[in-house]
Amino acid sequence: METAKPSSPMQGPEKPQLSRVESISPWREAYWQLRKNKLAIVGLCIVLFFIFMAIFAPLLTSHSFSSMNAADRLQGPSAAHWFGTDYSGRDIFSRIVYGARISLMVGFFAVTGAMFFGSLLGIVAGFYGKWIDMIISRIFDIMLAFPSILLAIAIVSVLGPSLQNALIAIAIINIPIFGRLVRSKVISIRQEEYILAAKAQGMKSTRILFHHVLPNSTAPIIVQATLGFGTAILEAAALGFLGLGAQPPTPEWGRMLSDSRQYIQSAPWTVLFPGFSIMLVVLGFNMIGDGLRDALDPKMKS
Amino acid sequence: MLSYTIRRLLMLIPVLIGMSLITFSIIHLIPGNPAQTILGEQATPQAIAQLEEQLGLNEPYFVQYGNYMAGLVQGDLGTSLRTRGEISSEIRPYLAATIELTTFAMIFAVVVGVNAGIISAWKQNSLFDYTAMIIALVGVSMPIFWLGLMQQWIFAQELGWLPAFGRGNPRDPVETTTHFYLIDSIINGRLDQWWTSFKHLILPGIALGTIPMAIIARMTRSSMLEVLRHDYIRTIEAKGSRTFTVIYRHGFKNAVIPVLTVVGLQTGTLLGGAILTETIFSWPGIGRYVYEAIGNRDYPVIQSGILVIATMFVLINLVVDLLYSYIDPRIKY
Repeated sequence: METAKPSSPMQGPEKPQLSRVESISPWREAYWQLRKNKLAIVGLCIVLFFIFMAIFAPLLTSHSFSSMNAADRLQGPSAAHWFGTDYSGRDIFSRIVYGARISLMVGFFAVTGAMFFGSLLGIVAGFYGKWIDMIISRIFDIMLAFPSILLAIAIVSVLGPSLQNALIAIAIINIPIFGRLVRSKVISIRQEEYILAAKAQGMKSTRILFHHVLPNSTAPIIVQATLGFGTAILEAAALGFLGLGAQPPTPEWGRMLSDSRQYIQSAPWTVLFPGFSIMLVVLGFNMIGDGLRDALDPKMKS
Repeated sequence: MLSYTIRRLLMLIPVLIGMSLITFSIIHLIPGNPAQTILGEQATPQAIAQLEEQLGLNEPYFVQYGNYMAGLVQGDLGTSLRTRGEISSEIRPYLAATIELTTFAMIFAVVVGVNAGIISAWKQNSLFDYTAMIIALVGVSMPIFWLGLMQQWIFAQELGWLPAFGRGNPRDPVETTTHFYLIDSIINGRLDQWWTSFKHLILPGIALGTIPMAIIARMTRSSMLEVLRHDYIRTIEAKGSRTFTVIYRHGFKNAVIPVLTVVGLQTGTLLGGAILTETIFSWPGIGRYVYEAIGNRDYPVIQSGILVIATMFVLINLVVDLLYSYIDPRIKY
């Protein structure tokens, strides 16, 4: 293309280079930043490992996660049972592998739900302002005035203990976190000149919202979603541990911990592996989240 | 400052009203007939009618809320369905136990977290820095109920260094006046009991304080790195001040505001985490009080317990907000 129009006085030989530099999108730049971040890569590997485990659970396990065998109860780790067996003779490795499905599922749906409703409320509050903003912001304030796990416990105590209700509770308590984030982002974007220009061109406010405001507020949402994924898994496990989440025989990691805690001295592996799995997967998400924040948030760049 | 304090207190009112509305609604949001759910399937219609009468469920919604608020304002938190006792007096020892535990956990988190963060920033990219930050990263991701169980197993059951359950020796109970064992034992002049109570605090306190410690350490480090870059720090160093003075008096003093914010927010983690820690270590605190009430479907206790914990959280954040301008007089409202 450059050689085709050499006669143009405005296009010197440096123009193509310049435009190439400019064409690096912020996403691509963030991607390069992220690739340099070793911790984020480690985190990504951990998370991919758990996703792999969750998808291929039936292929990875030779025992059923729920079949009980009294003769095999509380056996230590061995070739037959890699992580040992629990108090009713169930294979802990199989339960951990299938448990990955539950934890990732809870994390995914809770975060997606919270992100959807939180963003919606945040956009409405930030874009329309006035009394709508007042009401939505006060509701967020009130919800955030409760320690989050406490609010989840309150919701589950109303709905009744089950995995599904725990998921709903976790989604609800995370709504104001996304909501506030999106609201503040929308308010700051609303003041930008390009929004004014779009308005001056006669663009409809819904179009401005979806074409300009939303795409420009995705970065913090993505960071929060990644970090929130880990928190959601942790909260689900805590509810499970308290008996307010997944019910037996579901192989939920938190529930496995509370069911096995009385055997901790005689059979420590029954407590060791489920807890370690929770920690590892949450660590993975936190590492990616931290890396993404450094990559996507220009203010944090040093 | 005074006008800000008053404004900040007034802003608290809608939040507190909203919170009371949420806790009030807990009992009303139970699907189906709340009285039936509380009493179970086999309840007689008379028993259900009696409970509805007792809880005032027959009144219109707004009348019920009005009565509830009128009670709250007078310090009436309702009556427990299980023990039939006044919750406001029943809750006191539990509340004291939780405050004792969370205070200890917070002191641990702040002392360890702030110092680790400061040293990490001062010796940036050193072995200490890397180790501390990896511990902090793992600490943030740690399920505290698992950490608590592991501590209990290693330090109480295997090594036998520290007690695993409760607040003190049940055969030699502390005579209570304030319900804070560390204070009561001193009032009674029983230093042996003070030591026993203190030993009981260590494991649950550390388990509970780990996540805030990790977050405080990370925040202190990044805030300190920001401050240590400034010219005035170099000037003070050039002047020949002792490193300790440079770091703590000139450095940390300017880095403390973000750390304080995190401390305030982390009290929420502590109060929420108290439910888990208290369950594991059989700590007779408010979290366990609420947790047991959930098992017993003792909804008035659930409502009041949650409201009391949330109110504590709100008040602590109020204090933190007010502290800002005390610490940094440049902050004016």
